[in-house]
Amino acid sequence: MTDTNTISAGADQKLKEAYFTASQGQLIWSRFKKQKAAMAGAWVLLILILSGLFAPFLTPYSPTLSGRDKDYQNGAPQIPILWDENGFSARPFIYTYERERSFKTNFRWVSTINRDKRRYMTLFPKGEKYTLFGISFERHLFGVDKGKIHIFGTDSTGKDIFSRTLHAINTSLAVGTIGVAIAFVMALIIGGISGYYGGWIDSVLQMITDAIRTVPAIPLFMAIAAFIPSEWSSEERFFFISIVLGFINWPTLARRVRTHLLTERNQEYVLAAQLCGASANHIIRKHLLPSFTSYIIVDLVISFPYMVLSETALSFIGLGLRDPVNSLGVMLQNVTNADVLLNYQWYFIPVIFFIALVLAFVFVGDGLRDAADPYGDTKK
Amino acid sequence: MTLLKVENLTLQFDTDEGRITAVDGVSFEVNAGEVLGVVGESGSGKSITAKSIMHLNPRNTVYGEDSRIELSLEDGVIDVLSLTRERDMQVVRGGAVSMIFQEPMASFAPAITIGDQMTEQLLLHKDITKKDAVNLSIEMLERVGISDASHRFKQYAFELSGGMRQRAMIAMALSTSPKLLIADEPTTALDVTIQAQVIDLMKDLVEDFGMGIVFITHDLGVIAQTVDRVAVMYLGNIVEQGPVRDVIRDPAHPYTHGLLDALPKLDDLDSPLTPISGDIPSPLERPDGCVFHTRCSRVEPRCSQSAPKMMEFVDNHYGACFVEAEKRGAA
Amino acid sequence: MSEKSIISARNLSVDFLLSRGFFSENVYLRAIKSVSVEIPKGSFFGLVGESGSGKTTLGRAFLKAVPISDGEVHFNDGDVEYDLEALNKEQLTEYRKRAQLIFQDPYAALSPRMTVRDIIAEPLEVMGITSSREETDERVRDIAAKCRLNLEHLRRFPHAFSGGQRQRISIARALVSNPRFVVADESVAALDVSIQADILNLLKDLQDELDLTYLFISHDLSVVAHVCDHIAVMYLGQLVETAPTRALFSAPRHPYTKALLSAIPSLDPDQRGKAQKLEGEIPSPTNPPSGCKFHTRCPNVHDICRHEEPKLEHAGMEHEVACLRWKELLAE
Repeated sequence: MTDTNTISAGADQKLKEAYFTASQGQLIWSRFKKQKAAMAGAWVLLILILSGLFAPFLTPYSPTLSGRDKDYQNGAPQIPILWDENGFSARPFIYTYERERSFKTNFRWVSTINRDKRRYMTLFPKGEKYTLFGISFERHLFGVDKGKIHIFGTDSTGKDIFSRTLHAINTSLAVGTIGVAIAFVMALIIGGISGYYGGWIDSVLQMITDAIRTVPAIPLFMAIAAFIPSEWSSEERFFFISIVLGFINWPTLARRVRTHLLTERNQEYVLAAQLCGASANHIIRKHLLPSFTSYIIVDLVISFPYMVLSETALSFIGLGLRDPVNSLGVMLQNVTNADVLLNYQWYFIPVIFFIALVLAFVFVGDGLRDAADPYGDTKK
Repeated sequence: MTLLKVENLTLQFDTDEGRITAVDGVSFEVNAGEVLGVVGESGSGKSITAKSIMHLNPRNTVYGEDSRIELSLEDGVIDVLSLTRERDMQVVRGGAVSMIFQEPMASFAPAITIGDQMTEQLLLHKDITKKDAVNLSIEMLERVGISDASHRFKQYAFELSGGMRQRAMIAMALSTSPKLLIADEPTTALDVTIQAQVIDLMKDLVEDFGMGIVFITHDLGVIAQTVDRVAVMYLGNIVEQGPVRDVIRDPAHPYTHGLLDALPKLDDLDSPLTPISGDIPSPLERPDGCVFHTRCSRVEPRCSQSAPKMMEFVDNHYGACFVEAEKRGAA
Repeated sequence: MSEKSIISARNLSVDFLLSRGFFSENVYLRAIKSVSVEIPKGSFFGLVGESGSGKTTLGRAFLKAVPISDGEVHFNDGDVEYDLEALNKEQLTEYRKRAQLIFQDPYAALSPRMTVRDIIAEPLEVMGITSSREETDERVRDIAAKCRLNLEHLRRFPHAFSGGQRQRISIARALVSNPRFVVADESVAALDVSIQADILNLLKDLQDELDLTYLFISHDLSVVAHVCDHIAVMYLGQLVETAPTRALFSAPRHPYTKALLSAIPSLDPDQRGKAQKLEGEIPSPTNPPSGCKFHTRCPNVHDICRHEEPKLEHAGMEHEVACLRWKELLAE
């Protein structure tokens, strides 16, 4: 009886010691883990990010014109099944689509499904070459033995929507990352100087920040879009849009950095360090930065969806990225056509992915904020 | 006449780190015209007990099964803990029972004048005209010693000094003629010369209005000067209760004894300050048996095994300690 | 400055800028006006006052944490001698090693993201006092042991400790650089009574062990009475009385000191109603009264008090008082 007591007392003691020696990061993580919505969001985010990163591998065909399926334009999604009236199959299969055009159909291409001709899915087939992290590969995750498979359907030129979706996630995340990175660096510098030194420097910088904040984004983009030389490649365009997004969004972040710094700067432990003659550099590095790292991470995570949505909106109205670069906005450009709305509803499948992405960011951001907040909760 | 009867109040909260017992089996009574002091250090549960009387604790509070808080008002006895609707509680709060806090700035809305807040409160609880409410409020402000009351009536909270704000808060609390006033550390944030004034004021008001006051503080000196009876709390339990003279002159619990020894006394500058050994345990780690045994200088083995009950040692003077009980032959 | 003093102020004034006027004059708050006081080496010097008294500002002025607007502060610990109003960068760094501050709030004074060991070691590292990590560690362990901290716990973060323990960490940090002069600014005010006694005893022991001089700032006269050997009383930015503890308590000369002593709630319930009550509020420091600043509340006020400012006068052995009528009141 006493043995189990001492063992459990020992385990208890270990837990306590772990709690006492836990750094702030560890405490935040353990609090974060307890929140179900945040953890769910984190998993979804992880899956989506990985899908985006590994898009060329996960998708059977390239999302560009080179990977398109001329025989299956505006095609409905082809969902692999395991069983139909012809029997069960261990390998998932899809049906063959035959297209014909004739006088009967008013010379429009009409697809018919041939349920007897099955096409089986293959695992790790060789397909188009692609490069991932500098290395070129040939194998994709799945494919089909004859023809092509389009699990989300195709668009008007025959490009596979599944492939476009995953690559679009990648693009949007990339734009978001670059934008957030730029905004963050600028916010740190300007907000940092503003918050640390205060006084007239702060007033001047705040005026500049507020001025930039008042610039409306859409007209600004229209102006910039008008000036982008049309010779620019899609990559150059892509970087340019990201940079501009970053420049538009840094004021909000800068304000937050400044607020955090202003509060932390007056903390007594900062005064204690100053009384030891610590340099501004030392105080910023050792006291101020760690203190707001947790808050800034929350701010960063929450800015991400704004970047993604901004880019989507801009591309949708044609001011941002364009074909052949894939992004949600680009994919949605074609959606306003009545034909699409009535007949080709699978064009909207990527929207679900993006809603999931944005919600995941928001849940994770909220969870982080709740976890990071009550750090000093041992007050009397 | 008993105004307030608290019986076996037990309060628990669920937090990230586990279930905390904040208050454990607390019982006391307050009569009209009497000031009961509740003294304790941090973690003693005194503030939470006070808030329970007004049912001000958060929704996730778990009350003990046989916990009862009874208010005896003109129209009968109200069981506070059974009131679940906000509307019912509103009748009690601010009407029959008023509360004043440590930080007067927290009580007053910064963007509304003091006068407006006072009249709003009056109109909520009393059936009088606005004009009468204004006059009554100004009268109360004068009563608490605020000079130039009609001018102050129109001012904002930040325009008053700390002492005046505290008085204004008392005025606001008393304007509805409550039967019971709960004062949670009302003088802690005040300078000592102002504190003396406010203590005097409260004692005058008790005489004039015949109220009961529950006076919560950590300052034994203030207790000695203000209250009639005192309850000493430690880690959620009342360890001693009795007339203030008896408790201070002849403490019936080692904790009270320790507190008195640790206090600097002006009439004996040479005596050393003897701290109570150890630290106050975290509420997550309440000691078994007697809550105080981990720091007690007179601890015996039985103290960790079972919790002592409150025993009456002398008239109305109760203590919860095995060793004291034996010493006084009361067990 | 006398030989026996470690630090002294002469006609010290500290002003704070309240608002910068664009078209009008700047508005200043005179937090301390013309304060002259000497702190003997090795003493436990108490500084008491209510809000607006300027006691915290005086402590900070001694540490050069606020700018000195007028007057002089002289420091001499036997090794170095400085005039604080005119320190260059090097001298300031050296001075910081010798004069330190213990804060009031044990919860705000420790950086929550540093381990206790790092917190205590920070002064050593910043001021370049030690040259190797081993040396730093040794000094940290040394002072932590003297402050009765468990050495096992140095790896922990501040959130693991109680208020009393955190205050000890604060004290260890202040003392690790081996200062001669320590300002304790309301260092026990935020602690529970049972812990307060513990910290006060610790401070006393450390004083003997490390040969320190304390300036103990507090609003709590009873605490000050027990640990300090000499007390200075401030009101609205000025020094009104200073005397050895016994003398101050047995024979206070200034009406404010008398009222202050009288206002302390006695632990004797039968002493009720015997206290001398001061009427009125403490005036705002931005708008101080004319003449003697205490005249608006003084029970012994005469006409002269409204016009003339009292100076510190000798009233006994090491006993000074700033009251125009103190001799008269003594005779009454």
